Amino acid sequence: MGTIVLKDVQKRFGDVTIIPNANLAIKNGEFVVFVGPSGCGKSTLLRLIAGLEDVTAGEIIIDGSNAAQLPPAKRGLSMVFQSYALYPHMSVRNNIAFGLKMAGQPKAEIDAKVAKAAQVLNLTDYLDRRPRQLSGGQRQRVAIGRAIVRQPKAFLFDEPLSNLDAALRVNMRIEIMQLHQSLGATMIYVTHDQVEAMTMADRIVVLNKGNIEQVGSPLELYNNPDSLFVAGFIGSPKMNFISDDIAAKHGAKTIGVRPEHMALSDKSGEWEGTIALAEHLGADTFLHVDAGPAGRLTVRAAGEYRQGPGSKIWLTPEKGRIHRFDDKGRAMRNAA
Amino acid sequence: MARAVSLRRRTITTAAAWLIGFLIFFPILWTVITSFKTELEAFSTPPKFLFFEWTTENYGIVQERSNYLRFVSNSLILSIGSTLVALLFAIPAAWAMAFAPAKRTKDLLMWMLSTKMMPPVGALIPVYLIFRDLGLLDSRGGLIVVLFLLNLPIIVWMLYTYFKEIPGEILEAARMDGASLWKELVYVLAPMAVPGIASTLLLNVILAWNEAFWTLNLTTSAAAPLTAFIASYSSPEGLFWAKLSAASTMAIAPILVLGWFAQKQLVRGLTFGAVK
Repeated sequence: MGTIVLKDVQKRFGDVTIIPNANLAIKNGEFVVFVGPSGCGKSTLLRLIAGLEDVTAGEIIIDGSNAAQLPPAKRGLSMVFQSYALYPHMSVRNNIAFGLKMAGQPKAEIDAKVAKAAQVLNLTDYLDRRPRQLSGGQRQRVAIGRAIVRQPKAFLFDEPLSNLDAALRVNMRIEIMQLHQSLGATMIYVTHDQVEAMTMADRIVVLNKGNIEQVGSPLELYNNPDSLFVAGFIGSPKMNFISDDIAAKHGAKTIGVRPEHMALSDKSGEWEGTIALAEHLGADTFLHVDAGPAGRLTVRAAGEYRQGPGSKIWLTPEKGRIHRFDDKGRAMRNAA
Repeated sequence: MARAVSLRRRTITTAAAWLIGFLIFFPILWTVITSFKTELEAFSTPPKFLFFEWTTENYGIVQERSNYLRFVSNSLILSIGSTLVALLFAIPAAWAMAFAPAKRTKDLLMWMLSTKMMPPVGALIPVYLIFRDLGLLDSRGGLIVVLFLLNLPIIVWMLYTYFKEIPGEILEAARMDGASLWKELVYVLAPMAVPGIASTLLLNVILAWNEAFWTLNLTTSAAAPLTAFIASYSSPEGLFWAKLSAASTMAIAPILVLGWFAQKQLVRGLTFGAVK
């Protein structure tokens, strides 16, 4: 089992409030991603759950009992760190076995569990090496191996892929997702990369300045962002925001349209503009368009777009894909 | 990118480096050479460098006149004893400052180091009086306390810089793995910090071994280390250069041998852990 409930969790360092008040319920077996810009408190929240930081107030309920005052080891959680945090003076085998040894398990059992974890993670040939003799991806797998042998109630990942290069990151992302499927364990994953969040999560928790802005499935956040912040953070390229007269016409302070939700035409449309820049990605072309009163807008065109910089273009937002926000930046849901 | 250096230039700089090295080493070399001269030749002008009658009589006389081994054992006890006591206090202190720093940890470290800037002679009279009243004069225990306190700031500083290099996440990982504070220290921190602790120990043994001000002022005979042994040969009855040199050579020999075998650790110790 691995349910985790945060109840009015607060964290202050001296006079500085990092987490004003967090409430969250994580179900058993769920893959939850904490996402937000740097300094939003996502890592702090994870460390509070892990027990590496003490809560200032509130409860952290793991499997029904309050663990807020328990030391990390007593919470039954495993953590994978950004820097891997392997023990440099121990072999891969001993790195993976360390937690089991600390728990005082019999040697035969430890050996069997280490061998099994090594097999799952393709580390069998490397068990006698030291961490410094491994590549970045292998080190990351050792860190994961160290986490899985203890059969924790939940796994905590603190930006585990940010030290890897782009190609490896995609591979490891898939490996972690497969691991989640085969283990069926609760996982909490911290990242600042919204692509990781979108692709991996069952549910995403968006944090901003220590507050939980919105919790929902990737597509819920994509389709129905609660605030300007979530709308701007989820989705790549970023949602276009338009204010003033054009927004007022829609009865809002600000409206938002995603680059992929606009129709292009070289003859007519709602907003007239000039292409300033074209980014060719092969499958897509992202056009940066100077659209007069609407400002600089990003638009996605499928495939190779034939018009280049300087060409006139008309943009029309898709019906029902216009997000409206009030003067506090909150989403206005009824009637669009 | 390596800079291109012409052969001539390299020859000149190499020669200059050897020359400077030789100049620095010369006093020690001269002491050793003088220790093999007779008293008469030790005074001769112009000084004789290598061509004189080599003799080992000075070593015999020095050994006859004073019990060299007693001074050596005192030096060993004082330097190792004071360093071990200091480590006992410094490891937890450096540990706390490196891994659980408070707002004023940096100030505290600076303040500790600043105590090393006071001339020791400024504290001589009060310390002497305290020692007299407590009956600690000429006692090894008393001197260990002085040497330990004297070097404590440097030891804390050195350990602090070494511990600082150890990523905190590794210790947190050990905590997540269920290691108690004690096991975390023994299985994770200590093995990673061994080189640092070793070079700290080594450098401070040498510092304590060479310390002359307090050892000379607070001892007479029973607790006197090798520094007092050397000083006893610059006595009021006249200077005996050859015997003084022989005594000095005997005093520095053990530490020289130790230093030779531990060069690598020492260099690392002297750079305060700044160079990897």
